[in-house]
Amino acid sequence: MTTHSLSIRDLHASIGDKPILKGLSLEIPKGQVHAIMGKNGAGKSTLAKIMAGHPDYTVTSGDVLLDGQSILGLEPDVRARLGLFLAFQYPMEIPGVTIANFIRAALQARLPEGEELEATDYYAKLYAKMDALSVPRNFTSRSVNEGFSGGEKKRCEILQMAMLEPSYAVLDETDSGLDIDALKIVSAGVNALRGPNIGMLVITHYQRLLDYIVPDKVHVMSEGRIILSGDKDLALKLEAEGYDWVEKEHGAKATERALAV
Amino acid sequence: MSTDTKPDIDIDRSIGDFRYEMDYAYDAGVGLSEATIDYISDVKKDPDWVRAFRKEGYRKFLEKPMPTNWATKDLENIVFENIRYYLSQGQVPKRSWDEVPDDIKKTFERLGIPEQERKFLSGVEAQFDSEAAYSNIKAAVGEQGVIFVGSTDGLKEHPEIFKKWFGKVIPSGDNKFSALNSAVFSGGSFIYVPPGVKVKHPLQAYFRINAQNFGQFERTLIIADEGAELTYMEGCTAPKFETATLHSAVVELVALKGAKIQYITVQNWSSNVFNLVTKRGLAHEDAEIKWIDCNIGSRLTMKYPGVVMKGKGARGEVVSIALSGDGQHQDTGAKMIHAADNTTSNIISKSISLGTGRSTYRGMVHVPKHLKGCKNNTECDALLINTNSRTDTYPAISVRGQGNAVQHEASVSQISSEQIFYMQQRGLSEAAAMSLAVNGFVNDLVQQFPMEYSVELKRLIDLEMEGSVG
Ligand SMILES: Nc1ncnc2c1ncn2[C@@H]1O[C@H](COP(=O)(O)OP(=O)(O)O)[C@@H](O)[C@H]1O
Ligand SMILES: [Mg+2]
Repeated sequence: MTTHSLSIRDLHASIGDKPILKGLSLEIPKGQVHAIMGKNGAGKSTLAKIMAGHPDYTVTSGDVLLDGQSILGLEPDVRARLGLFLAFQYPMEIPGVTIANFIRAALQARLPEGEELEATDYYAKLYAKMDALSVPRNFTSRSVNEGFSGGEKKRCEILQMAMLEPSYAVLDETDSGLDIDALKIVSAGVNALRGPNIGMLVITHYQRLLDYIVPDKVHVMSEGRIILSGDKDLALKLEAEGYDWVEKEHGAKATERALAV
Repeated sequence: MSTDTKPDIDIDRSIGDFRYEMDYAYDAGVGLSEATIDYISDVKKDPDWVRAFRKEGYRKFLEKPMPTNWATKDLENIVFENIRYYLSQGQVPKRSWDEVPDDIKKTFERLGIPEQERKFLSGVEAQFDSEAAYSNIKAAVGEQGVIFVGSTDGLKEHPEIFKKWFGKVIPSGDNKFSALNSAVFSGGSFIYVPPGVKVKHPLQAYFRINAQNFGQFERTLIIADEGAELTYMEGCTAPKFETATLHSAVVELVALKGAKIQYITVQNWSSNVFNLVTKRGLAHEDAEIKWIDCNIGSRLTMKYPGVVMKGKGARGEVVSIALSGDGQHQDTGAKMIHAADNTTSNIISKSISLGTGRSTYRGMVHVPKHLKGCKNNTECDALLINTNSRTDTYPAISVRGQGNAVQHEASVSQISSEQIFYMQQRGLSEAAAMSLAVNGFVNDLVQQFPMEYSVELKRLIDLEMEGSVG
């Protein structure tokens, strides 16, 4: 039986000697949207980058399974081609490489050797997705993220996601730096991609985003672990009462549980 | 000897790395002496003034020291006594590919030259070792009075124009290698564009070295008369040998009042070639000379295309891309000599060093004190791929006088591992990500090459990158 989920199992990871993830488990079934909330420094971006295969981190134990297959030993690009997408908190600039060429190269990389991407179809699709995300047409000829505003970068990440059609997507603080109009556009873009064929993990530390992208589940992360999970109302509670009460109440329990294992 | 007779063109990193067996009717033998020069002059049936010019060049070659006081010591590895200075089958350049001997023709066919000619060129000259095998100009262009022949034919058939400018832009004693070229030159193009004639499509020369421990010394002279316009392109390849090969050309451009010359080079010599070339243009009043220079191949290239802005309002430009792979050294740059008021020069250089490759930029901008309204802009950007890659910049800018403006920017950058990770996250392999980033780095300059060349450039960069990671 194949499991259709992105599954993180008791993951421990560090950078250098510094442990950052300390036994994190999470299961995102295909078709669902989960949210991770947590304070700055909780390890949210680290989790995202480790799943994507960033070379700076060392996984010391645990596993990450994509539809039942462990991906930890795979190169970042292999993971991407298996269907994992990461919308970066801080997208990189690639000078001289236009968005159109970049996405095209990424799609081309998914085709079998010798097969060429059909240019007319490609541009038709690209323009349609750009329009949906209110990305101006002249963006196609701009270099990837170069000189973009924060909001433009985030929209461009979602544009790439829309074009690459991943089976699992991790969105790392896609809401940060967006004004309310941009937030609505980006959320609408994300919601349009929701469906039975994609599982999403939305990382944020503001509840605000979850008004627009309503999650099936909410997890609270603190010091490299999930300390509490619940439904969308958990986000509202966090917003109202702050992170401190959860961390006080549930952080200790999580530590106990971890030590007991 | 490797004799690969596969008819199809392999698209691989060594597109020029093949060789067909050849018999040479004329061979000056190994080494250089007065007798070698007489041999060449005899074979080429030189007029006396050319024979004298050669001898004079030879004398200066002997006099001049190797420029190792400022340039790389690798020059000392050139053993002049081991080089063959003239090799040909005695062919006269043919006007139709059908008449070109089969063994030479198949080389150029494999390199795609006749096809390019049909597609987008006004004329082609194809040089094989010391002599051109093919030289043709489209009838419509010839009818406009444009002359496009080899240097040997040029000096014999059009002495009145040829002699006026030959050796005047670059005196034979300019440097050791221009002196050597003056002594033994053979091949290269002579072009004259009459006043007001704008040649629509580029003229192209293709230089092929086929023989081992050989030296190719072509000599090109291009004159654009008043208001004329011309684009000239040159390409080159050689099979890779264990022994060193020498390519030492001299190219002189003359743009008379209001004329425009654009000279495009895509240099892809094999990694055993010492490529030591002197290129300079003379721009008269309101004339414009632009060198677009791309160096990918060779073991060592030393080349600093220059423009002497002799007339008021003249413009000079050098756009340079250099890619230095493992074991290669691209020592390139530009020389801008302002010699009249209101002259403008622009230098844009981008280099990529990977593996143990080394890129050097040398720029010289000279504006004397008495001039007014001169401007220079210099930008040189270097990209280092590996930690052992190397780049050096030696700008020499002497701008004096009032109202002259100079602007100079230089940068050294690297492709960060975060950029590569970002691209890999989108599904690109590490090598593909590198290629894309490197192509991005030179993209604005590659756009200035004709389409056919920019596609080829991108492909060459991709191939270099494939080997550089993993
Ligand atoms: N490259 C790094 N080197 C050292 N420490 C790091 C590095 N990346 C992250 N960290 C540390 O790991 C912790 C988690 O960071 P991060 O995953 O960015 O948190 P979040 O995304 O939840 O704000 C922080 O204490 C941060 O300082
Ligand atoms: Mg973060």
